[in-house]
Amino acid sequence: MERRDFLKKAALAAAGTIFVPAFMKPFEALALDELSLHKNLVVVQLSGGNDGLNTVIPYGNDIYYQMRKNIAIKAQDVIRLDDMQGLNPNLNCLRELYDQGWLSVINDVGYPNPDRSHFRSMDIWQTGSDANQYLSTGWIGRYLDSNCSTCNSPYTAIEVDDSLSLAMKGNSKKGIALKDPAALFRNTNEPFFREMINGDKEHLDEDNLGYLYKTMIETSSSANYIQNTSKIYKPNYSYPTTAFSNQLKTVSKFICSGLRTRVYYVSLSGFDTHVNQNNQQGRLLQQYAEGMNAFIKDLHQNNKLDDTLVITFSEFGRRVAQNASNGTDHGTANNMFLFGGKLKKKGIYNAAPNLSDLDNGDLKYQIDFREVYGTVLDKWLDVNNGQVLSKQFNTLDFV
Amino acid sequence: MDSNDNFLHIKHLYNRAGFGISYPDLHQLSKKRRSKVVDALFKHRQETEELHLLSRDEFLSQQSLLASLGTKKEQTAEEKQQREDITKARNEKNRELNIRWIQQMMTTEDPFLEKMTLFWHGHFACRTNQPYYAQQLNNIQRTNALGSFKTLLIEVSKSPAMLDYLNNQQNRKGKPNENFSRELMELFTLGRGSYTENDIKQAARAFTGWAYNKSGDFEFNPRVHDDKEKTFFGQTGLFDGEAIIDLILAKPETATFICRKLYIFFVNDTPDENHVKELSDHFYKEKYDITAVMKKLFNADWFYEKANTGNKIKSPVELLVNMSREFYVTYNKPQVLIQLQTSLGQYLFNPPNVAGWAGGRNWIDSSSLMLRMKIPSLVLNDGLLDFNGKADPEDEAVIALNRRAKPKPVRSYVNAKADWEKFLASLPRDMKQTELATFLLQPVIGQKISTLVNTNQNLKNTAIAVTSMPEYQLC
Repeated sequence: MERRDFLKKAALAAAGTIFVPAFMKPFEALALDELSLHKNLVVVQLSGGNDGLNTVIPYGNDIYYQMRKNIAIKAQDVIRLDDMQGLNPNLNCLRELYDQGWLSVINDVGYPNPDRSHFRSMDIWQTGSDANQYLSTGWIGRYLDSNCSTCNSPYTAIEVDDSLSLAMKGNSKKGIALKDPAALFRNTNEPFFREMINGDKEHLDEDNLGYLYKTMIETSSSANYIQNTSKIYKPNYSYPTTAFSNQLKTVSKFICSGLRTRVYYVSLSGFDTHVNQNNQQGRLLQQYAEGMNAFIKDLHQNNKLDDTLVITFSEFGRRVAQNASNGTDHGTANNMFLFGGKLKKKGIYNAAPNLSDLDNGDLKYQIDFREVYGTVLDKWLDVNNGQVLSKQFNTLDFV
Repeated sequence: MDSNDNFLHIKHLYNRAGFGISYPDLHQLSKKRRSKVVDALFKHRQETEELHLLSRDEFLSQQSLLASLGTKKEQTAEEKQQREDITKARNEKNRELNIRWIQQMMTTEDPFLEKMTLFWHGHFACRTNQPYYAQQLNNIQRTNALGSFKTLLIEVSKSPAMLDYLNNQQNRKGKPNENFSRELMELFTLGRGSYTENDIKQAARAFTGWAYNKSGDFEFNPRVHDDKEKTFFGQTGLFDGEAIIDLILAKPETATFICRKLYIFFVNDTPDENHVKELSDHFYKEKYDITAVMKKLFNADWFYEKANTGNKIKSPVELLVNMSREFYVTYNKPQVLIQLQTSLGQYLFNPPNVAGWAGGRNWIDSSSLMLRMKIPSLVLNDGLLDFNGKADPEDEAVIALNRRAKPKPVRSYVNAKADWEKFLASLPRDMKQTELATFLLQPVIGQKISTLVNTNQNLKNTAIAVTSMPEYQLC
């Protein structure tokens, strides 16, 4: 029996006198449904436009080798996933996760009329807009706004960073950005800050001052909740010492300690490889793979992998042909990685990129990225995707 | 109206039209009639302070060097290096230009003009990696900030920065690029709902040939211009770009759209449509004269009503400039101003997209508010800043080249100096702690703040405490 089923049944039998492990103490007051349905989404952003074709290599396609004479990854070095595609050798650490069925690759994710500016394309991915539409809210932010049963606390979405990405900002609700829960806790518990929010009822109007006070009060109670809940959990898994791994380690600590957060956001940047790509991208891919390996195995060891879905995206892929500086320039569609213990389709999800049918030297997309978001919203976060995205998007079968 | 009312009105006026006001100036001006003070905002402006970080000669010599470097495929190692150096120098100049402007806002004697420029900077939002073009566009927005909206619109539309940003260089006869045409109507003039998709297509044809040359000057290119008949807003004719702009301005919806944006920027996040109509009727009647509409706005009684005071969230730039002017701050390491802008979410010359910064409550989330409340102690009390803004996506290529296995955390002293002597000397000798709080804050102070500041022994501590309050985020 799975643990959450056990909890549910035991609770029904014992009517509230159920034994709860120490780290789950804050859960006691929660409704059972909330507890049993708790699933986590982790979004990993690779900033700069990761070169998808040198990440998942179409080693079975000659066109790849013709168009990338100096930077193609040799077929004998590729970690083969099927007859056509395989992983960059720097992603060696992902092989183990793939073998366990914890990794899926979706090929050719993009959107119509792709924009090649980093800024604009990142904007589009974070807001979930069309290419000619400007939104000031992010897709996760609007999920928070939807006020569904799974997203009603101020710490529903956490970004492990100093500042909050547009993806996490809704109209009336926003995620919370923090790098270190202890530091935020210290800041919100400084005497001056406490004094400002102490017993302050007079400012809780609907005006902007009320909004500021409400934000402070929520920040303070979130900081207390996050710190007090997560500090009880002692991480027992060893991570590499990179900044990226540190973010994942923090997320794992939050998930394993039973934080009621639903969405986590982390990022790794530096993928804009116009010049001498292979060393730079290789180093970043290695950091990514080593971090993900530790993170996924850590979650598995703590029985949290089945409740976790990780999606990795970048604002665009790169052009199929290399440039004259042994790098690649901005392109369009790209692959996305998915991790989790409950993936429906393990391994490669859809057909490899078609390199002989290009749009002016760029890949054509097969899957709109909002179909991926829509699937996550509908099937993982339990909210109708049409409520969050500009229209109803078809869902896919990965969870 | 008693003198205290006038005191508060002038303070409000200077908070919205500028970046705050010093105590002696406020004391002086509040003896005058309000309408006179409004008039003075528009008068005695010194020669417009253009940004002159990059000279035309410098730009031209860099352009010709670039042209001589050959195409990518046949570059020597040395040429590659030269190209990289140019890119690096441009990035450096872009940062310097940013600092130059924000420091000009902090020191100018004509803050209203800079505030208007900031408004147009957000309205005609644009990004370019060529600092000379960025400077050019900024100067267009300043020179025409209080002039004719039509001239401003045409000049902006003809600037290399905007032509490039909205792909009009690629807009050619038979192969139109609609990007500029769409944003012109959706974001610069009419707003959604006042035009059709076909109007966009037709207008795009009229703007074919609007381009710039290698010297960074507008140059109409008749060879790619589509001079055939177009049907726009139901009228048919041989319209060129300026004719299209005239037809757009002939629609009162354009005046309404601009006035609603002015109202949101200067008066209230939630527009009162009656007030907006008052402004837009006047704007339209006065043939889009920006000075006329701004005078109308600052002379309206509703501008000074309680509902419209002390309730606007300062943008990050307004917050930084306001505080720096208030306490006569010098930044010994001005790069920190960029770090603060990115951390707070408003990096000048780098708006999130062509729609500009969303503003209002969008500025505030838990982390940005915590940082905002910490800034006074960092800047005024020389604290340590251990907060990193996100990398700008356009800087990713630089990050890719410099990437180390372990990035160094950025911790830096703000290294700024407030001139406390000057600030304290500007205050009345017998000023009480609560009086200082009332002067520094726009919202009316309650019992809690009075009690809190009354425990202080000196005005300096009160100033730091008050500027660290959520109330200081409002103006």
